Amino acid sequence: MTVDTETAQARTQKLEGLGTKRKRVEDARFTQGKGNYVDDIKLPGMLFGDFVRSPYGHARIKSINKDAALKVPGVKAVLTAADLKPLKLHYMPTLAGDVQAVLADEKVLFQGQEVAFVVAEDRYSAADAVDLVEVEYQELPALVDPTKAMAPGAPELRDDLKGKTSGAHGPRKHHNHIFTWETGDAAATDKALKSAQVVAKEYIVYQRVHPCPLETCGCVASMDKINGHLTVWGTFQAPHAVRTVASLISGIPEHKIRIISPDIGGGFGNKVGVYPGYICSIVASIVTGVPVKWIEDRMENLQATAFARDYHMTGEIAATKDGRITGLRCHVLADHGAFDACADPTKYPAGFFNICTGSYDIPAAHVTVDGVYTNKAPGGVAYRCSFRVTEASYFIERMVDVLARKLNMDPAELRRKNFIRKEQFPYTSALGWEYDSGDYHTALDKALKAVDYPGLRSEQKRNREAFARGETRKLMGIGVSFFTEIVGAGPIKNCDILGLGMFDSCEIRVHPTGSAIARLGTISQGQGHATTFAQILATEIGIPASNITVEEGDTDTAPYGLGTYGSRSTPVAGAATAMAGRKIRAKAQMIAAYLLEVHDDDLEWDIDRFRVKGAPERFKTMAEIAFSAYNKVPPGMEPGLEAVSYYDPPNMTYPFGAYVCVVDVDVDTGITEVRRFYALDDCGTRINPMIIEGQVHGGLTEALAIAMGQEMAYDELGNLKNASLLDFFLPTAVETPAWETDYTTTPSPHHPIGAKGVGESPNVGGVSAFSNAVNDAFAHAGLTHTQMPHDHWRVWKTAERLKLTAAA
Amino acid sequence: MSKMHLKLKVNNRDVETLTEPRTLLIHVLREQLGLTGPHIGCDTSHCGACTVDMNGRSVKSCTVLAAQADGATLLTIEGMASPDGTLHALQESFRTHHGLQCGFCTPGMITRAYRLLQENPNPTEAEIRFGISGNLCRCTGYQNIVKAIRAAADTLASVKEAAE
Repeated sequence: MTVDTETAQARTQKLEGLGTKRKRVEDARFTQGKGNYVDDIKLPGMLFGDFVRSPYGHARIKSINKDAALKVPGVKAVLTAADLKPLKLHYMPTLAGDVQAVLADEKVLFQGQEVAFVVAEDRYSAADAVDLVEVEYQELPALVDPTKAMAPGAPELRDDLKGKTSGAHGPRKHHNHIFTWETGDAAATDKALKSAQVVAKEYIVYQRVHPCPLETCGCVASMDKINGHLTVWGTFQAPHAVRTVASLISGIPEHKIRIISPDIGGGFGNKVGVYPGYICSIVASIVTGVPVKWIEDRMENLQATAFARDYHMTGEIAATKDGRITGLRCHVLADHGAFDACADPTKYPAGFFNICTGSYDIPAAHVTVDGVYTNKAPGGVAYRCSFRVTEASYFIERMVDVLARKLNMDPAELRRKNFIRKEQFPYTSALGWEYDSGDYHTALDKALKAVDYPGLRSEQKRNREAFARGETRKLMGIGVSFFTEIVGAGPIKNCDILGLGMFDSCEIRVHPTGSAIARLGTISQGQGHATTFAQILATEIGIPASNITVEEGDTDTAPYGLGTYGSRSTPVAGAATAMAGRKIRAKAQMIAAYLLEVHDDDLEWDIDRFRVKGAPERFKTMAEIAFSAYNKVPPGMEPGLEAVSYYDPPNMTYPFGAYVCVVDVDVDTGITEVRRFYALDDCGTRINPMIIEGQVHGGLTEALAIAMGQEMAYDELGNLKNASLLDFFLPTAVETPAWETDYTTTPSPHHPIGAKGVGESPNVGGVSAFSNAVNDAFAHAGLTHTQMPHDHWRVWKTAERLKLTAAA
Repeated sequence: MSKMHLKLKVNNRDVETLTEPRTLLIHVLREQLGLTGPHIGCDTSHCGACTVDMNGRSVKSCTVLAAQADGATLLTIEGMASPDGTLHALQESFRTHHGLQCGFCTPGMITRAYRLLQENPNPTEAEIRFGISGNLCRCTGYQNIVKAIRAAADTLASVKEAAE
C-alpha cells in the first residue's frame, strides 16, 4: 500500500496543480527581453499619432490653425473635433453612461485634454508638428475642488449637458452634479445615531491618485480596406468589451473587428477605460489606409488617462459606551473630473462603496454619494481594488480607529468586539451584501500573536515616556487594519458594464496526445494567468500544467469575457476554467467506461485517471482517454474532447485579512520609517502560494505609495503639479520595507475550487494600516485623524500643530 | 533633418546605422536595431525601464542621445545570455525567485543588476536596494528582486570559485 501512496504523490507532483509553487511560464520571454508589448509592434508603413493637449484646466477654444504643422516633413494629417464631427465621433460613450470628448469640442475641461491628433511618419516628426499646431484659447475659471464645484454660482463646466436635469444615474441637482446614489436605511441609521451613547464624526479624504503602471497606455490600429477588417492591438484590460464598444462607436460590424491585448506592462485599473487615443488611432488608420500607433508618454498618462479615488467622505459612527457599534452613516462627495468615465457596473455608480460597513456587524447604515464634475481628468477606476472598495475600506478602518480613540479603547479590541462572527456567515450586511464566508477572529488573533501585539503596545508606552523625558525625538505608531474585500464581479443579475453581463469564460481543447490549450476571456497584466489557470486545470483534468497552454487577449480566438480587473479573474474566469475542466472530465469518464467495459458509475477519479472502483489496477489515464476521444468513442458520442464554460457567479467573493504596521516617526523631520509590516491574507483556496506572495508584496508597495506620498496635486488653475515621476511618488527599493506575509484559508463556499482572488487585497488593507499607524503615533498627543498622504512635510506639519517639534 | 552615421558595438556585434543626431539611444535600439527588450516607462530617466550597459556603466537610454553613444560598446538584455543560449545567472534567478510579474521593468532591472554585481560581487541587502534604486517596479514590491539578485551573486561566486 505504501508503494501506491508514493505513486499517487509522484503523480500529483507531476501535475503541478492547485497549491504548488509552480514557477512561471511567462518568465522565459520576459527575462530575455522577448516580451511583446504594444510599443514593440512594428507594421509595414505604420504611422505614429501624437496629441496636441490643453495647457489649461478650463478654457474656450477660439481657433485651431493646422497649417504650420501640416508643413512638417513626414506629417500626414492633423485631426480636430471639426474632422470627427461629420463622423459623429467627436464624442464617445464612457463606461459610466456619460459621454467624453474624443477631441475637444469648443471647450477644454482639464489640463492635458486631447485637442488635436497629429499623424506622421515617426514619433519625432509627430512631436515637431504637435508644437506647431496653433490653438488660441480663452481661459475660464477652473474648478478643482468638488465642494466649490457644487456652489450655487460655480461656473458651468459641461456646455453639452446644459439644461439636462437628469443623467444616467438619475436626477442632477446642480449644473456640475452628476448623480446621487443612496443605499441603506436612512431612518434607522438616523435613529441609531440620535440615540447612541457615543458618536464619533470625521471628515476623511482619500486623495486623487493614479495607477501609473510602468507601461503607459497605447495601441496600434490597422484598418484593412480591402476586406474591411479592423485589428487593434492595445493595452486593454478588457479586450472583448473594447471590441463591442468599438463596433458600437464606429459602426464596423463586430465580426470584422479583432482586438488583441499583447503583453501588458501592468494595468492596476488604468487600462480598463476607452481613451481618445484609441478612437483617434482607428480613425487615422481608416483615413490613411495604413496602421497607426499611439503611445502615451508618462506625462500624458498621469494627466489624461484614468485616475483613481478622489473621495471626500464625511462619516458618523455610533456606539455604546462599551464599544458595540450601532450605526454608520457616510456621505461622499466624489470628484469624477470633467467627464464621468468611472469604470463601475451600471447599477453601481459609486462601485461597491457600500461594502463600507467592513468586517463589522453593524445593524444600521446609510450611504449617499454625490458625483461631481470638476476641471480634472476623467477616470475613477478601481486602482488595484474592486470598484471603490479601497475607499470604503479606508473609510471604515479610519472610522473604527477614530471611535476607538473616543472610547479610549484599544483599536484591535474594538474590532474584535464588532466582527461578524464565524457562525453568522453567510451574513447579509445592513447595506445589502451577502458575505459568503469568513473567520475574522481567527485571522486577527493569529496576526496579533505573530507580531506580539501586547509587547508592541508596551514598547510604545515606554517610547512615549522616553519622548516625554526628552530622550528620543521619535514616536512609535502601531496601525491595525482588518479588511473585507468584495471581488469577482459579478452575478449578471446585478452586474453589467454597458449592458454586458459580467460573466467570464474558458474554452478547453484536449489534443490527442494528452496536452491541451485553454483560452479565457480575461487578460493577464503580470498576474501570471498562463501559470495559474493551467494549475487549476491540471488538478481538474489530470493533465500536467506544463502540458497546458493558456491563451488570452485575442478576441478572434478567445471566448467572450469581461476582462481582468477588480480581482475578478480567479473568482470568475478561474471558476469557468474549473467548470470547463469538469465538462471535459465528464466526457472522459464516459469514454473511459466504454474502454474499460464498465458502467460510468463504476469509475472513480484518481488524480490523472479514471479507475474501476475496487479494482484500482484497471484504469485509463487522461492521456489514454484523450487519444481515444479522437478514434474510439462510445456509439452515438461525438468525437473530440473540448468544452467551454461561461460562468455567471452566484455571488461575489469576500477575501479578508489582518494587517499590522509599525512605524517610527521623527517629529523634527516628519520622516516616517516603516519598521515592520505584517500581512495576513485569507483568499480562500490558494492556487499558487509563490504568486500569491508576490501579489501581496506588490499590493502592499502600492499601498505604501498611496498612504505615504502619492497625490495628484492640482493648483487653483487646474494645473497638475506633479505630472512626472520626478514629483509623483513611486517607491524605490530603498523606501520599500521588507514585507512579512501570512495566511489563513477559508474557502469560498460557492466558488468551484473555493478561491476568492488576492491581487488587490494588500492595497485595500494596506493603505489603512499605514495611515492608522501614522495617526496612532500621535494619538497620545490628541490627534484623531490627519489626511493622507503622510509625506514628510504633512507629518511634520502634524507634529508642529501638536506642538511636538523642536521649533514648537 | 540630416542624418549622422552611427557606429556601435551592441551585444558583441558591430552595427552601423543612419540616424538624426537628436534621436535618443532607446529609439535607435528599439526601432532601428529591433532590440525591444529595453522599454520606455517615463521619458525622464526616473524609472530605469530603458537601462542598458554603455561602456561598462549603467545608463538610461531614454536620456542618452544617439550621437553621444557613437562608438560605444553596449550590452542590452538581449545580449545577457551566453552565445550558446545558456541564460545568465540573473535571468535564471529572477525566474526562480519570482522577481518579476508584468515583465516590463525586468530587462532594465536585470541589466542594472548585472552592472551592480560587476561593481560589487557580494552586496548586502541594503547595497542591492540602493544599487537598483534607479529602477522602478510597480508589481513586485522589490522583495523578490532583491532576493533574486542576492541569489545570483551566490551562483556567480560559486561558478567563479569552481573555475579558480
